[in-house]
Amino acid sequence: MSEEIIHIKPFLRLAGLEPLVIRPETNFVNVGERTNVTGSKKFARLIKENKYEEALSVARNQVESGAQIIDVNMDDALLEGVLAMTTFLNLVQSEPDIAKIPIMIDSSKFEIIEAGLKCVQGKCIVNSISMKEGEAKFIEQAHICKAFGAAVIVMAFDEKGQADTKDRKIEICERAYKILVEQVGFDPQDIIFDPNIFAVATGIEEHNNYAVDFIEATRVIKQKMPLAKVSGGVSNVSFSFRGNDAVREAIHAVFLYHAIKAGMDMGIVNAGQLEVYDEIEPTLRNLCEDVILNRNNDNNEATEALIQYADTVKAKGKVEVKSAAWREGTVEERLAHSLINGITDFIDADTEEARLKYNEPLEVIEGPLMAGMNQVGDLFGSGKMFLPQVVKSARVMKKSVAVLTPFIEAEKERKKLASINPLGASKGPAKILLATVKGDVHDIGKNIVGVVLGCNGYEIIDLGVMVAADKILAEAQKQEVDIIGLSGLITPSLDEMVYIAKEMKRRGMNIPLMIGGATTSRMHTAVKIAPEYGEGVIHVLDASRSVTVASSLLNKDQKAPFLKELSTAYISLKSDFDNKKTTKQSLPYVNALKNKAPIDWSHFVAPPPQFLGNKEIEITDLSVLVDYIDWKPFFIAWELHGHFPAILTDEKVGEVATKLYQDATNLLNTIVKEKWLTAKGAVGFWPANAIEDDVIVENGSEKVALHFLRQQAIKAAGQPNFSLADFICPASENKKDYVGAFAVTIHGIEKHIKHFEENLDDYNKIILQALADRLAEAFAEYLHAKTRKEFWGYAADETLSNESLISEQYVGIRPAPGYPACPDHTEKYTLFNLLEVEKHTGITLTESLAMYPASSVCGWYFAHPKSQYFGLGKIQQDQVVDYAKRKNQSLEYITRWLQPVIE
Amino acid sequence: MSIQETLKKRILVIDGAMGTMIQRHKLSEADYRGTRFADWPSDLKGNNDLLSITQPSIITGIHLQYLEAGADIIETNTFSSTSIAMADYDMQSLAYELNVAAAKCVQEAIGQYKSKHPNATEKYIAGSIGPLNKTLSLSPDVNNPGFRAVTFDEVVTAYTEQIRGLVDGGVDVILIETIFDTLNAKAAIFAVKEFFRKKQIPELPIMISGTITDASGRTLSGQTLAAFYTSIEHAKPLSVGLNCALGAQEMRSHIEELSQIASCYTSAYPNAGLPNAMGEYDEAPHQTAHFIEEWAKNKFVNIVGGCCGTTPEHIKHMADNVKNMTPRPLPILDPTI
Repeated sequence: MSEEIIHIKPFLRLAGLEPLVIRPETNFVNVGERTNVTGSKKFARLIKENKYEEALSVARNQVESGAQIIDVNMDDALLEGVLAMTTFLNLVQSEPDIAKIPIMIDSSKFEIIEAGLKCVQGKCIVNSISMKEGEAKFIEQAHICKAFGAAVIVMAFDEKGQADTKDRKIEICERAYKILVEQVGFDPQDIIFDPNIFAVATGIEEHNNYAVDFIEATRVIKQKMPLAKVSGGVSNVSFSFRGNDAVREAIHAVFLYHAIKAGMDMGIVNAGQLEVYDEIEPTLRNLCEDVILNRNNDNNEATEALIQYADTVKAKGKVEVKSAAWREGTVEERLAHSLINGITDFIDADTEEARLKYNEPLEVIEGPLMAGMNQVGDLFGSGKMFLPQVVKSARVMKKSVAVLTPFIEAEKERKKLASINPLGASKGPAKILLATVKGDVHDIGKNIVGVVLGCNGYEIIDLGVMVAADKILAEAQKQEVDIIGLSGLITPSLDEMVYIAKEMKRRGMNIPLMIGGATTSRMHTAVKIAPEYGEGVIHVLDASRSVTVASSLLNKDQKAPFLKELSTAYISLKSDFDNKKTTKQSLPYVNALKNKAPIDWSHFVAPPPQFLGNKEIEITDLSVLVDYIDWKPFFIAWELHGHFPAILTDEKVGEVATKLYQDATNLLNTIVKEKWLTAKGAVGFWPANAIEDDVIVENGSEKVALHFLRQQAIKAAGQPNFSLADFICPASENKKDYVGAFAVTIHGIEKHIKHFEENLDDYNKIILQALADRLAEAFAEYLHAKTRKEFWGYAADETLSNESLISEQYVGIRPAPGYPACPDHTEKYTLFNLLEVEKHTGITLTESLAMYPASSVCGWYFAHPKSQYFGLGKIQQDQVVDYAKRKNQSLEYITRWLQPVIE
Repeated sequence: MSIQETLKKRILVIDGAMGTMIQRHKLSEADYRGTRFADWPSDLKGNNDLLSITQPSIITGIHLQYLEAGADIIETNTFSSTSIAMADYDMQSLAYELNVAAAKCVQEAIGQYKSKHPNATEKYIAGSIGPLNKTLSLSPDVNNPGFRAVTFDEVVTAYTEQIRGLVDGGVDVILIETIFDTLNAKAAIFAVKEFFRKKQIPELPIMISGTITDASGRTLSGQTLAAFYTSIEHAKPLSVGLNCALGAQEMRSHIEELSQIASCYTSAYPNAGLPNAMGEYDEAPHQTAHFIEEWAKNKFVNIVGGCCGTTPEHIKHMADNVKNMTPRPLPILDPTI
């Protein structure tokens, strides 16, 4: 670090989400003019019709066309300006691709300017203030702008009127500058003058020198007040040629060329339509120069000449050439472009063109398509593309392959007839078999892994969900696959994976086994699965890592060192785990039972539910669930980690996340509107009292016991050893209390999944699956709210936002059997019987007690205000024995189901 | 000596976390309520700002520990003392009183400290203004991005009341801190400027401290550090800096950048590292202090201290390490481009 003292220059500094510093070397700053209701008919119409979404796209267009600031103006007699400005600017703030640049708040009404300033976190420009109504008002408005930290445009306008001559312009600007700097305390660099650009070539001789006046005034202002800036509304100058865009653009270019040389710093322009000075047709350019510089213009000669010329020029009506340049490339380049950008529009034609160009259809796949997908793989690997984009690339790839397949098949036939080995001697691409294990129905993650590996050139054999060990291994051997990948989401799947590893060893297999899915972990793999199979067991955290793992496993030079390194890591993890076991202290179960959650039941009165027994709930209009959706897990499913909605504006993945979110909400709208899916659920309440860790439920005349487990770790002083049973009034209190239960599911996904599969559209397929999961969770959230406010009604006047729901700020809990507070999945049998879940909702339980359809949620309701979620942690053998006795099951059966929580 | 004078001479140390220190007292619901709020209808446990009224001796005691550790600037216990944040406890009406009471706690602590150490250097009270639980640039409703849970005017009103309480309580500096939405901070700046302009009394110095929320290097509301600084520069602050969210290690590049672009003094009070899996901060005092020392050596900072998870021990290590270092000189503002 040098000891030099830092120097800071008095540049004009503005900011949106990103800074904009205007330095001497900064070229002319373009201020986008299209978000102005007085200048753009389209924008005005959109705002009047309340089409703010579309109005945002006008702003976005300006940014994409190179605007560095956008001017926003809502001055229209038919508009409520304050409201329109507030609404539009608030929306702009949620669009990072627009909000990244600074905003110019433009109005002739100061109240609208103030309203705008209250919406924008960055440093804005106010356009404009002036001395039109006297110094006092000017000073007050300047003070307010300063308190908001905005730069100001000062219009050359005073009590006598708008300045038109060079001298008046200079005089007013100097006076305003002095007041702002000396009386208000404005930084000179935050002052921008608008010395008024007026129309020339109007036919009125007095107007002919207006452009010259502006340019010359600018020159003097910049000399006298070098820190201040000069700006102006450029399109005014060519007003007399409205309707003739070609001439107008030429006039603008010529005007700017001279004004910028004189010191003009910025201007309000149509950023998409700026002509380059050097490219103006020379005759036209000369005529424009005469008009702008008021040369050869006695008796309006220059004006007349330009008008005559203008009549001969048809407005070019510039075609939107929105970067269609890529269509000019070679067919290989076009295929690569389509793959990388996920564009399906041209893929059929381009594939066909490539097929005709290459000798054999297979060469198209092995050549340009694989080359394109390799680029996708590289970009993904280096963090320049993200999962949703990769899945779209895969969709393009699949479509292209689909075009080629009939030709490849025909080629095979032809060669078979000629008795030649169809694919030559090579074995073809490496094969990876994927399956979700027996008893488990969740496959979003597995599908994503399949797509990503497929993109990287592997052949994927996907056996689907609930696949028995025997089928997986038999298929793997039959198809001679190179890797097996297993997926699972619920805890019993872990045991199934251990079993499969044992079976692989027994069968003497030698291919590596990849383990993935939400319930799996590096630790579990190291401790439980890897020791069972010596040919490589690898835990893969997410789809992006599956590629590097697979390529290491399939590279004969890398495989051995990779597995050796992994094995060392797993052994050390395992020994850590084994050593750790003894360090955590636990209580005997009888003592833990005495350290219950302290709840004073003496004044307790249980709020009675509206009904007892169970009840079916069906929702056909899913729009009621949309508000309850928690989007964060949706993005996590796509490996986009972060909070929602902040992820939409994330620097790295924001763009992708926003696109994904748009696609998802579009699909969601269709789902809701076209009633693709139905939500079915059941909810029930029963009188209940606790006896130690059992809750005895009165189901009509029958008594049913719910069995809960209790934390056994030694707690800090004053901390209880929780059991869910603690939240139900003990029978010994002789008071009424209740427990509730629910189950919800989303039906109808299969038909649409099939449709997407037929269209080779993995992208929408995975979105749909993930949305169905979100809707099931949203349904659970909705039903819980309804229970709190209505069915049970213990929190009738609760008002919580969606965020508060997601962060669980409500009273009462809804823990699910199989999850941390009550990890015994077999309690689902009791829940299903009490609620008659299958009858009401059609949900069934697999042998691993996963629910089918996969997008299902069930759980218990506890209403006591002290009830809370907790993790059970590890339990000891004494509790396991007691629990088996309580459940009237063999110790072996209970041990199997509770394996993950037994110490 | 005024704080401006002192800053020319040496690096000042601001105190550490309040929440961590309150937790050590293991206060119960009843402790939070005290006698005055025994019958208050909502739960009050966790309303740390309320302790300035119900347990002033605890708050004063914590301030005193930080003074003993070597802090020059003590923050009032008013992070959430606005009518907007206090609505969580139905205590909107107490906002003004909380600010006055909190400032008095610091005054009491400084009084006690000075009577024990009559030759001690000057100590300063910074009136802490937190970010609010509602934000002006972000919609809480995902389906309605144009919606705002609160208006600029409401925020200005709430902050103005807080500022009035802090000024009446006798603070030396206004500290707008933990800014994750710059527009909330701009409302606070607006409130400060208008409060003093209307009262026609000399403005107190403003310290501003933003929060870079993660590795993206941006605020929660999406601004880059340079954009953030540009957006608050009009406050003409005494200092600008960063606090919270990051540990010193993650904050380093940002504070370095800020030290290059800020025309005023710079401050930094990071967390004690990043939270571990249990949500606890476990960076040891000498570790945090070691980072801070390096910043001081490189002339990144004029004011240092700690945020979440830091303790008097952290502050003591920092104070000892930076005691004899020359502070970052103010940049020279060139008159011409």
